[in-house]
Amino acid sequence: MSTEAVAVQEKKSEPLFSKANRKLISNPLDIDNPVTVQILGVCSALAVTTQMKPAFVMSLGLTIVTASSNVVISMMRNSIPSRIRIIVQLAVVSLWVILVDQLLKAYVYEVSKQLSVFVGLIITNCIVMGRLEAYAMGNKPWPSLLDGMGNGLGYGMILMTLAFFRELFGGGSLFGFKVFESMGVHYTGNGLMLLPAGACILLGIIIWIQRSINGYRESH
Amino acid sequence: MENLINIGVRSVFIDNMIFAYFLGMCSFLAISKKVSTAFGLGIAVVFVIGITVPINWLIQNYVLTAGALAWLGPSFENIDLNFLQFIVFISVIAAITQLTEMAVEKLSPALYGTLGIFLPLIAVNCSVLGAALFMVGRPYNLAEATVFGIGSGIGWMLAIVALAGVREKMKYSNVPAPLRGLGITFILVGLMSLGFLSFLGFSL
Repeated sequence: MSTEAVAVQEKKSEPLFSKANRKLISNPLDIDNPVTVQILGVCSALAVTTQMKPAFVMSLGLTIVTASSNVVISMMRNSIPSRIRIIVQLAVVSLWVILVDQLLKAYVYEVSKQLSVFVGLIITNCIVMGRLEAYAMGNKPWPSLLDGMGNGLGYGMILMTLAFFRELFGGGSLFGFKVFESMGVHYTGNGLMLLPAGACILLGIIIWIQRSINGYRESH
Repeated sequence: MENLINIGVRSVFIDNMIFAYFLGMCSFLAISKKVSTAFGLGIAVVFVIGITVPINWLIQNYVLTAGALAWLGPSFENIDLNFLQFIVFISVIAAITQLTEMAVEKLSPALYGTLGIFLPLIAVNCSVLGAALFMVGRPYNLAEATVFGIGSGIGWMLAIVALAGVREKMKYSNVPAPLRGLGITFILVGLMSLGFLSFLGFSL
């Protein structure tokens, strides 16, 4: 479920943005990406990416939930009995998800309708649980916050890339703006891009390209 | 009865948890390397979804919806507890998973040996919570909700066993190195999902 936790040596005088801390943000964007390398949070990455707008709101929501639950769990880490830690983590995560969900319903109701059950499913999004288990349970609040934000951004990056191609080729628009029409070109949307199948194949290709560049290999 | 069969078939083939909604993808991708383990996890998921969906239906309809608490007395008629939905549902799921684990351990140590490690994982399988949330969005009664839950579970099991079968064969093919593992699996899932599309527009 989780990969290796980055062990950060804590020193009293460590600056806020030391090298190790900056790595926490930059690693998930590339070599330790939650979606394409750790295989976490795949469900929502495929389901909400038919258009850029919901994908953007979803990445924002997930980043907020991951970062803030990482901080809360990290502050409580010494007082959580390990036998019941899963349920404690779930309670903290669902608290934040309820907050995000209520905010979305209040301010961007249309998008929240489009995302339907997937906001609620942030609770069981493996990225959140995976980071809590692998990182926040063993590290101080500040690095945990950075780790949560980094993983949220890494997830958001993949989401936005997928949504970019799916909306552009599936509907000929970006953020609802008709790109091809404004250039005076007639474009008929490619239905395959909007289907689940298209998303899977596209993600497979993104992984292929990313791994060709960064050299990450899997035996099988 | 016809209605129930219809919901069952729909949830297994047409609204398949994996190929139509992408729910439960994490364990679907991570634990589909061998058919036997995939089958074990599939059975456990069918079991947990089949129990949690009706329980959550009861909670939703007798505790959480607006006016659902009217059976306690007239002063409770205006209470709407819908905002508690997520936390209540996930607690029910986590508790049922824990109970199932303990029950299986006591009653059938042999089954526990094969399912043991998967049971705690199910609490965070999106398809379980997803089925509960879909059930709320649709006007099902208790029997329909139960059939929907079991059907969704069976659909998920079908998908993971099929993928595991394909991946076992994949070992003997020469895949480009950067595509190996996750990349080719995604493309496979995409192709399988295309196959499942043929069930669309198939009505009973």
